[in-house]
Amino acid sequence: MKIKPELIKTTKCLEEDKINAIMTEHHHHITLPDGSIEKQTTTLNVGPTHPATHGVFQNIMELDGERVVSTEQTVGYIHRAFEKLAERRPLYQVTPITDRLNYCSSPINNMGWHLTCEKLLGVETPKRVDYLRVIIMELARISDHLICNSIVGVDTGAYTGFLYVMQYRELIYEIYEEVCGSRLTTNIGRIGGFERNFTNTAFTKLEKFLKEYPKVLKEFEGLFARNRIFMERTIGGGAISAERALNYGFTGPNLRAAGVDYDVRVHSPYSSYEDFQFDIPVGKTGDNYDRFLVRNQEMWQSLSIIEQAYQKIQAFKGAEAEIYHADVPEYYLPKKEDVYTKMEALIWHFKIIMGEVDMPKGEVYKAVEGGNGELGFYLISDGGRTPFRLHFRRPCFIYYQAYPELIKGGMLSDAIVTMSSLNLIAGELDA
Amino acid sequence: MAIDNQYLQIKLTEKFGDLVFNFEDSYGMLSFEAPKEQNLKVLQYLYDEPTLGFQFLTDLCAVNYPDDKGRELAVVYHLHNLQTNTRIRFKVFTSIENTDVFTASKLFSAADWMERETFDFYGVNFVGHHNLKRILNVDEMDYFPLRKEFPLEDQTRIDKDDEMFGRG
Repeated sequence: MKIKPELIKTTKCLEEDKINAIMTEHHHHITLPDGSIEKQTTTLNVGPTHPATHGVFQNIMELDGERVVSTEQTVGYIHRAFEKLAERRPLYQVTPITDRLNYCSSPINNMGWHLTCEKLLGVETPKRVDYLRVIIMELARISDHLICNSIVGVDTGAYTGFLYVMQYRELIYEIYEEVCGSRLTTNIGRIGGFERNFTNTAFTKLEKFLKEYPKVLKEFEGLFARNRIFMERTIGGGAISAERALNYGFTGPNLRAAGVDYDVRVHSPYSSYEDFQFDIPVGKTGDNYDRFLVRNQEMWQSLSIIEQAYQKIQAFKGAEAEIYHADVPEYYLPKKEDVYTKMEALIWHFKIIMGEVDMPKGEVYKAVEGGNGELGFYLISDGGRTPFRLHFRRPCFIYYQAYPELIKGGMLSDAIVTMSSLNLIAGELDA
Repeated sequence: MAIDNQYLQIKLTEKFGDLVFNFEDSYGMLSFEAPKEQNLKVLQYLYDEPTLGFQFLTDLCAVNYPDDKGRELAVVYHLHNLQTNTRIRFKVFTSIENTDVFTASKLFSAADWMERETFDFYGVNFVGHHNLKRILNVDEMDYFPLRKEFPLEDQTRIDKDDEMFGRG
């Protein structure tokens, strides 16, 4: 028996005697005989809303001095039943749901969802659309990794990096805003492409980002990568072997830090990733420091991908340079001026908005490389207007179960660093 | 180089005979089915057989088919061979009255929480799981919310007439 001050979650529903029973039980726990083994550890309740956890995570830790003996995670504080919601929504209405999974890189989730739908519907997107998507997705990856790495800095005691790079996340958000009108929960793109062409301002902002960001990233890297205090805090903490990481279903930077070069962009290229030259950085020990370095290196790779994609886009000439969506009348909204003047366009507009288009029967699984790893969508359609079943493979949810194993025997302060270096995002964890 | 679906099907039929069935090529991924008592044997074979090597559990979830009597719940495993980059989908069906399915968490640590999530939403009882309790919903909940018997919206609402759009 352990002393666990468990939260009574739905006090309202419980009758008074039931509450009393729980209270007596707790009381009973506290009056354990002296010298019992439980008394030798301290129970510490970290979270659910603790400034160090950067999200709603609860951990009931058993500590021996400052070392973690065991921990029990509680998740689900921001569970919003997305899979249930999706069963009543037509495809285009599911996109805003995906925003709220990993909200640090919403565009990747959106694109992943569009790609899933396109796979089900058999839509081929033009190359220019693919490249535009690659630009947006890689920007999202940079902003995701940037937040993760700078938060690792904050948790090891260096606030400067975090504040410094925020300006450049802001610039990325401005690019999103220019493309789709929103910043955090982007709802970017449509099935078949983008809702409108990229404006010149968007490209100017992108150029500004490409010009200024490498210098900033270099400086950010300089603050941490060979910083002795940072290295001593992170090397060896939260390490996992490649074998265990695979067994735990790790993907993304966390798996690559353990030394496995699995990247969905390379293994199953989507959105024309096969047209780009880039490396997959891998670590060796799978500890907090390797995770930091892998993410850092991935940002450089993402930058190079964006540059390549931008060059490819500039190479399009004439009518080709104006293409920003595929021809999918059943799912891609017609132009507004056509809706007001043409019967056909009006009908499609109505049918799409009301979600009256039946999709083909089938089961698809589509994965994209999200900020945290393989973000998968398992979509079952029974031929109706909404998905029959939609399951999100959320990388966060899968690798967070390894957390007790990662922090066991380490210091409490390292456990906090491990949590941020895993890049846990509550939205993705709880769906 | 990805393993050919044809080859996978031959290997599985050689080993399990009639116990594996409903082979289907679903958008390039081989999908098949086995009786629920066989799930661990199939998973172990896919894991151990050197030419198959499906050692990565990508995803585990359940699906509810309320109209399919005796096969109301499906547990779906997505497995991945990272070396050859081959994916496979494996399903077992179970009735809603007796939802016992053997746990895969001994084989894949990743299955631990995925099975808890599946239990939480569909009530699939994973036999042998070390800690099968609710994970995302509150512990006091006494139903399995993702089953189709629970409609998403309040069905007694009268201000919204879905029949106007042919969806009753």
